[in-house]
Amino acid sequence: SFFPQKNGISNGTLYKKTFIEHFEQAPMYVAVFTFVGFAVGTIFGYLRDFMRAWGLEKRNIAAEREQQKDFVPLYQDFENFYTRNLYLRIRDNWNRPICSVPGPQFDLMERVTDDYNWTFRFTGRTIRNVINMGSYNYLGFAETDVNALKTVTIELKKYGTGVCSTRQEMGTLDKHVELEKLVAKFLGVEDAMVFGMGFATNSMNIPALVGKGCLILSDELNHTSLVLGARLSGATIRIFKHNNMQSLEKLLRDAIIHGQPRTHRAWRKIIILVEGIYSMEGSIVRLPEIVSLKNKYKAYLYLDEAHSIGAVGATGRGVVEYFGMSPDDVDVLMGTFTKSFGAAGGYIAGKKGLVDFLRTHSHSAVYATSMCPAVAEQIIRAMKCLMGLDGTTQGLQRVRQLEKNTRYFRRKLHEMGFIIYGNDDSPVVPLLLYMPGKIGAFARRMLEKNIGVVVVGFPATPITESRARFCVSAAHTREMLDTVSTADVLGDVEKSSFPLESSGERGYLSVPKPLVLSW
Amino acid sequence: MAAGVGQQWVLVEMVQAFYEAPAYHLILEGILILWIIRLLFSKTYKLQERSDLTLKEKEELIEEWQPEPLVPPVPKDHPALNYNIVSGPPTHIITVNGKECINFASFNFLGLLNNENVKSAAQASLKKYGVGTCGPRGFYGTFDVHLELEERLAKFMRTEEAIIYSYGFATIASAIPAYSKRGDIVFVDEAACFAIQKGLQASRSNIKLFKHNDMADLERLLKEQETEDQKNPRKARVTRRFIVVEGLYMNTGDICPLPELIKLKYKYKVRIFLEESLSFGVLGEHGRGITEHFGINIDDIDLISANMENSLASIGGFCCGRSFIIDHQRLSGQGYCFSASLPPLLAAAAIEALNIMEDNPDIFQTLRAKCERIHKALQGISGLKVVGESFSPALHLQLEESCGSRENDVKLLKRVVDYCMNSGIALTQARYLEKEEKCLPPPSIRVVVTVEQTEQELDKAASLLKEAAQSVLN
Repeated sequence: SFFPQKNGISNGTLYKKTFIEHFEQAPMYVAVFTFVGFAVGTIFGYLRDFMRAWGLEKRNIAAEREQQKDFVPLYQDFENFYTRNLYLRIRDNWNRPICSVPGPQFDLMERVTDDYNWTFRFTGRTIRNVINMGSYNYLGFAETDVNALKTVTIELKKYGTGVCSTRQEMGTLDKHVELEKLVAKFLGVEDAMVFGMGFATNSMNIPALVGKGCLILSDELNHTSLVLGARLSGATIRIFKHNNMQSLEKLLRDAIIHGQPRTHRAWRKIIILVEGIYSMEGSIVRLPEIVSLKNKYKAYLYLDEAHSIGAVGATGRGVVEYFGMSPDDVDVLMGTFTKSFGAAGGYIAGKKGLVDFLRTHSHSAVYATSMCPAVAEQIIRAMKCLMGLDGTTQGLQRVRQLEKNTRYFRRKLHEMGFIIYGNDDSPVVPLLLYMPGKIGAFARRMLEKNIGVVVVGFPATPITESRARFCVSAAHTREMLDTVSTADVLGDVEKSSFPLESSGERGYLSVPKPLVLSW
Repeated sequence: MAAGVGQQWVLVEMVQAFYEAPAYHLILEGILILWIIRLLFSKTYKLQERSDLTLKEKEELIEEWQPEPLVPPVPKDHPALNYNIVSGPPTHIITVNGKECINFASFNFLGLLNNENVKSAAQASLKKYGVGTCGPRGFYGTFDVHLELEERLAKFMRTEEAIIYSYGFATIASAIPAYSKRGDIVFVDEAACFAIQKGLQASRSNIKLFKHNDMADLERLLKEQETEDQKNPRKARVTRRFIVVEGLYMNTGDICPLPELIKLKYKYKVRIFLEESLSFGVLGEHGRGITEHFGINIDDIDLISANMENSLASIGGFCCGRSFIIDHQRLSGQGYCFSASLPPLLAAAAIEALNIMEDNPDIFQTLRAKCERIHKALQGISGLKVVGESFSPALHLQLEESCGSRENDVKLLKRVVDYCMNSGIALTQARYLEKEEKCLPPPSIRVVVTVEQTEQELDKAASLLKEAAQSVLN
């Protein structure tokens, strides 16, 4: 951002290897142009709204029924201002439909608009072999190889697709039990429980673990599912600055010393919610410091490894392995199977007492359908591959390849002088674009070069930090990564952008040295 | 020189004034000056004055604080801890805990769980797309299968648009907070299912519960709201109102009186959200749900939400309605925007299931006939009463008389269920989270009717339940 370094100084002696994270700042003129860009968009938005209201321009928006025109309006005009006037202009860059497996390359359905993005029409053609830099396919398990999917095909034939019941009623199949045992073995914990949807794992289990009278300390940039779960639980929520240990420690001390607000009664329990890798920043959680803080202040730690399980760590066991720590250090290990395992669903793992409690008290176990058995089989086969239980070293190879690809890609982009956020080891690579005009331009031009990227703007990111986010996969070849990093589009972005000079001579704000923590 | 004299002269004037001033004036000025000096040197006053603890005291507090354990210990014989484990697919003949039984517990109403066409459609999709979609709908997680399923659902239900979610629970739980925000008012039936309750909790709106299926009670609440509105018309103009009801209630097995609700909708200007998880693929001549059952124009319902986990024997859920309403969820439905999309093989299975539903409209009549049959056969069991409409495929059997505590009731019903399981009929108790439900239904046994059950099997189940009730309850 345009303000001083986000992450505070921290205790470097807990880290066994160098922990390098970058959050460069851009020069002042970029900030100015970004705001100007949004201002221009807003002014035009007001102009067009005015013209639409007075009938000077056609209204393409769907309207309320005639019979219900005197009902209280469902949407406030202002709420949708951003959607109508800013998002709509570039919305052809999202929701792009594909028609093949989301591997390292995919086929896009060609989509054109005749009325400036109000409606889309499919031409019937497919754009083939677009390089996929947007799907969360870290270990490359999204594949259609017949041998790889052999067991999945068998189980699909045997079990069908549905389960039609909840876990506590008639929905626990032997496949679920097998999967849970395997997940527990994979992570090195006592027991695990699996759920049908990753988002729902958070939103339905956090309320079971904490309630009124408890305190949740949640990172600033936590995912919506964590925020929703925290809100639904009824506990008090306090936010600490992203990955900032001083902020967290201050909150912990204040909470224990002063107790609950106004009554000053002691908190029943304090739980810290963090993620392994933050998907919008590419930063990795400072796990050793958080664990030492949690042990000192007797808090509990809930780690959401949605993006980091399988993607970091020497054998793909996640951030716990990455930092060389033991899974017993984390109280609740949560993760999803969507990203690195090419399936769907989530899990929570930890001590047996915790998992037994969730089996009896989780909302999902009582009211939600269990996971499809064919999907469970995909996770089983991917996990067996990772653990080497299928007799090959393919799993380890994938993890190594991902590591190599990540380092190569990040180094390449860094050398070319782009502002990349995040940790050097994280396969999520956000490339900052800042200006609103670039969001649309970048994505469209990349598509012309047959590269599919994901761009994100407000409200998923702060308004001045729009970015393109690359997800490196183990299935990407070096040629693909070269094609992406040397695409001419990036060159244009670079020209009007922010070359990283080695000395500290920069515009208004000096570039702080990258945050290096080493022992 | 002149300035100096001028200055001296001013000074002299001042000293003179000082001597000539009255005493009270001087005293007042003196006090004011002293007050200013005091204020300047006193400590700043904080409104929320925290008690000043020394560092030592703070460290002591931190040492002494003991949190509760993360989770309370669960006793080994907790009724919900020992799940029934099903070996193999939960089809018509199900192997529960090693014993083969006839399945009366899975919501496989149309028997599509084991359908070969559905399975081969899923296989074809698996070959083409793999298993997972590796991304949310906005970031290359939209597959042509999803678009096709949405189109087919919209066409089947005869609405403009449909939107699919990857999890049945998340469907209604994301749909409600997308429209109803803090300050809006939602009138909801007491017997609404847990997913609706969580959706309402996430929306932070004002919730008004009305007695189950009691239109008079609802009208009373609506009238009260009307008088409130007249007191504050400006606020009333921006407060949205919704009624949330289910087509076929999961907890009680009966249907909502939709025609009366429509009348109330237009009279009091309230929008209706209809949850059709159990009635989709069950009610109506072609399985379109309760709107077809009552012959109501589907545009009169603002939003219909259903999950695909019952009749369609897949996973996930959908909402359908007019584009004006559904399109909003594509940017503000949390379970849609922030979660990975439905695996394509499940979407393909759902499309094939829809095909079967469209090609065989007589299965709905068959299902209804079977429901009537078992409903009649279960009447007159001593000790157990049947709760649910005669055409509802998901019935409840509750104890006629409770034996005092819920725990004992549950134990008694468990013995009935075990008796039936040992004799080859798989049943289950309806499970609830006792502390979390707003209006906890009484303990019951769930009886589920599917088209695959033959008449002999239905009769066998009924007679077995009679036997079980005799031996356990008497």
